[in-house]
Amino acid sequence: MAIWLTENSKVIVQGMTGSEGSKHTARMLRAGTDVVGGVNARKAGTSVDFDGTRLPVFSTVADAMAQTGADVSVVFVPPKFTKDAVVEAIDAGIGLCVVITEGVPVRDSAVFWAYASDKGNLTRIIGPNCPGIASPGKSDAGIIPADITTPGRIGLVSKSGTLTYQMMYELRDIGFSTAVGIGGDPIIGTTYIDALQAFQDDPETDAIVMIGEIGGDAEERAAAYIEEHITKPVVGYVAGFTAPEGKTMGHAGAIVSGSSGTAQAKKGALEKVGVRVGKTPSETARLMREILTPAPTTS
Amino acid sequence: MDLFEHQAKELFAEYGVPVPTGKVAHTPQEARAIAAELIAAGSSKVVVKAQVKAGGRGKAGGVKLADSAEEAEALAAQILGMDIKGHTVHKVLVEQGSAIAQEYYFSFLLDRANRTFLSICSVEGGMEIEDVPHESLGMIQISPLDGVDLAKARELAVSGRLPEAALDGAAELIERLWSVFVDEDATLVEVNPLILTADGKIVALDGKVTLDDNASFRQEGHEALEDKASADPLEAKAKAKNLNYVKLDGSVGIIGNGAGLVMSTLDVVAYAGEGLNGGQRPANFLDIGGGASAEVMANGLEIVLGDPDVRSVFVNVFGGITSCDAVANGIVSAYALLADRGETVDRPLVVRLDGNNAELGRKILADAALPGVEQVETMDDAAARAAQLAAAGA
Repeated sequence: MAIWLTENSKVIVQGMTGSEGSKHTARMLRAGTDVVGGVNARKAGTSVDFDGTRLPVFSTVADAMAQTGADVSVVFVPPKFTKDAVVEAIDAGIGLCVVITEGVPVRDSAVFWAYASDKGNLTRIIGPNCPGIASPGKSDAGIIPADITTPGRIGLVSKSGTLTYQMMYELRDIGFSTAVGIGGDPIIGTTYIDALQAFQDDPETDAIVMIGEIGGDAEERAAAYIEEHITKPVVGYVAGFTAPEGKTMGHAGAIVSGSSGTAQAKKGALEKVGVRVGKTPSETARLMREILTPAPTTS
Repeated sequence: MDLFEHQAKELFAEYGVPVPTGKVAHTPQEARAIAAELIAAGSSKVVVKAQVKAGGRGKAGGVKLADSAEEAEALAAQILGMDIKGHTVHKVLVEQGSAIAQEYYFSFLLDRANRTFLSICSVEGGMEIEDVPHESLGMIQISPLDGVDLAKARELAVSGRLPEAALDGAAELIERLWSVFVDEDATLVEVNPLILTADGKIVALDGKVTLDDNASFRQEGHEALEDKASADPLEAKAKAKNLNYVKLDGSVGIIGNGAGLVMSTLDVVAYAGEGLNGGQRPANFLDIGGGASAEVMANGLEIVLGDPDVRSVFVNVFGGITSCDAVANGIVSAYALLADRGETVDRPLVVRLDGNNAELGRKILADAALPGVEQVETMDDAAARAAQLAAAGA
C-alpha cells in the first residue's frame, strides 16, 4: 500500500522544462513513475520528449489536473518562484505537493504553509529543500534514487537526502514500503509526526527508520509522539554530534543555538521512549536488521 | 546571518524604531570624539558597548558607562581587543546614556514547531530570556498571511503584561519592528531590553537580528552587512567558490556529498579518532552536493588542503543520483586540474565510494593509482583509517 504515493499516483512536474526538472522527470519515468505532464505557463501547449515518452506542458496546475487526472505535483522551480508555484498547486486542490527546491526563503515557506492551512490542509506539502518521496517499485516523486533499493516493509522518514539513500542501500535486501525526505529547512510542510502516523496506519509497513539531525526540536516532539501512538518498532539515527554551536551545517535549519537543537538531546529523547539509536548509519542499519530478522534460536 | 548590535539598530532606525543616538568606533580616539559629540548634544552619560556577535557582553565587562569623553576613551581602550566567548572585540558602539524607568523584552521569531511566526513579550527584560519565568512570557503565534497592524501590536504588548503607560509607545514600536522582520526577511528580531524611559518614551536599547540567507536574491542590501573582515579566510574563499564549508579545529579534512552525510561523517571520524595521538577530530564540514564534478572536487580539495592543520583527508561519497563511476572520474580529473593549477595533493586521501556503480567507481580509482589515495569500502572503516593517518602525521 505504501504511504501517500502509490502505483496509482499520477504525477505532474512544475518546472519540468528546467534543467533539474527535465533531468529528474526522465529519471522518475525510468523508475516507473506515472508522470503525466508538466506545468509552465510560457510553454503551455508544447510537449517534451523523454526517451520516447512525450509529455504535454500545461499552463496551470489546475489545467494539468483537469486534463490528466494528476494528483501529485513535484516542484523544481527556482527559489524566487517557489512560493507562487506551491500556492498555485494548493489553489488547484492537488492532494500532494512535493517541493524539491533548495534555498526557499523561510518567510515564503511560512506563507505557503499558512495558505494551505487556511484552505483546510487539502494539499499535503512535503519539503521544501527535500529529496521527495519514493515508494520503491511503485512510484518516485522527487530525486530519490529508488533503484538502489527494493520494495519491502520498512518505512523511512528523514531530514537528510544522502543518509536516506545510504540507509535504503544498506537495507536493500529487506526493502522499503515508502521513504519520505522531509527536508532540513526550519519550516517544512510534512513532519516526522505526520510520517510516523501514516506508517503506523500502513498495513504494508512493519518497522520505521527515523533519521534526524541538529536544529529545532522536531526529533524531541517525534519522540513524545512515538511514546503515545507508535506501536511498530522504530530505529533512529541523529547526525551532528560534533557540530559547533551557532554554525549552520549545510541545511538551513541545521544549527545548534545555545543549548537547543543538539544531537545529544535528540538522541536522549528518542532513547527515553525506547527507540534504539545507532551510533553510525551502518550501526543503525544493523539495528533494523536485527529487529526484522530475529537471530535463529539456538538449542 | 547574525548582525552586530549597531547594524541591527541602524536597520531599526531606518524603519522608525526609536534607538539611542550613537556611532561605531574602531579606536579609543574615535570613541572619545563620538562621546564628546554626544555630551555636547546634551547627554549626561554615554555607554561604550563591545560589538561582538555573542550574548553576555555586560557580564563579560564589555558594556560600560562613562561620564566624560576621556572616560569613554579609556573604557574603549579596555574593551577593544577583549575576548568575549571566543570573539575578539574589533569595534565599540558609543551611544547616549538612557534614563531607564523599566526594562521589558520583545522578539519576533520563527516558531518551527507550529510552522509559523511567534512574538514573545515580557514585562521582565534586560536579563537572559531563558532566565525569565515562563509564566510571565506572552507568546502569540502570528500568521504570515495576517501580519501585525497597530491593534495587533498592542495585543502583543498586552500579552507581555506591559503597564498601561508603556502600551501606546510599545504598540507603535512593535508594529515597526514587524516591518523590519518581514521586509528584511529576518528570522529573528529581538529587543532586550526594550525600555520605558524616565520621560515616558519607549526605546530599543539593544538589538539582535538574524537575516535569512535564502532571501539574499531579493535583499540586495544584505551583502553589505556581512562581516567579511572577521570571517575565516578559508570559509571566505570557499564561499567565493560556492562551496558549503565550515572550518573546525581538528586534523582530518572532510569532503562528502549531502549535508546529513557530511555531518554524520564528522561524527564517525570523531568517534574513530578518540584517543589516537591526543585525539583526532574533523577539520571541517564540506558538502560538495550531488554533482561531484571534477571542478567542484578540485576546488573542495584545494580548500581543505589549504588548512595547515589537516593531516589526512576523508572523501566520503555515497552515489545516489550521481553514480560512483562519475564521482571516481571526478576525483581523477580533479587531480589533473590541481596539477594544472600548480597544486599538489601532499597529504594522504582516504576515499570511500558506495552506492550506485560502486564497483566500477572503485576500479576507476584503483586503475588511476593516484599518489596517496587509498580506498576503504565502508564509512566506519574509512573514518578509522583517515583518523589513523592523521594521528601518524602529527
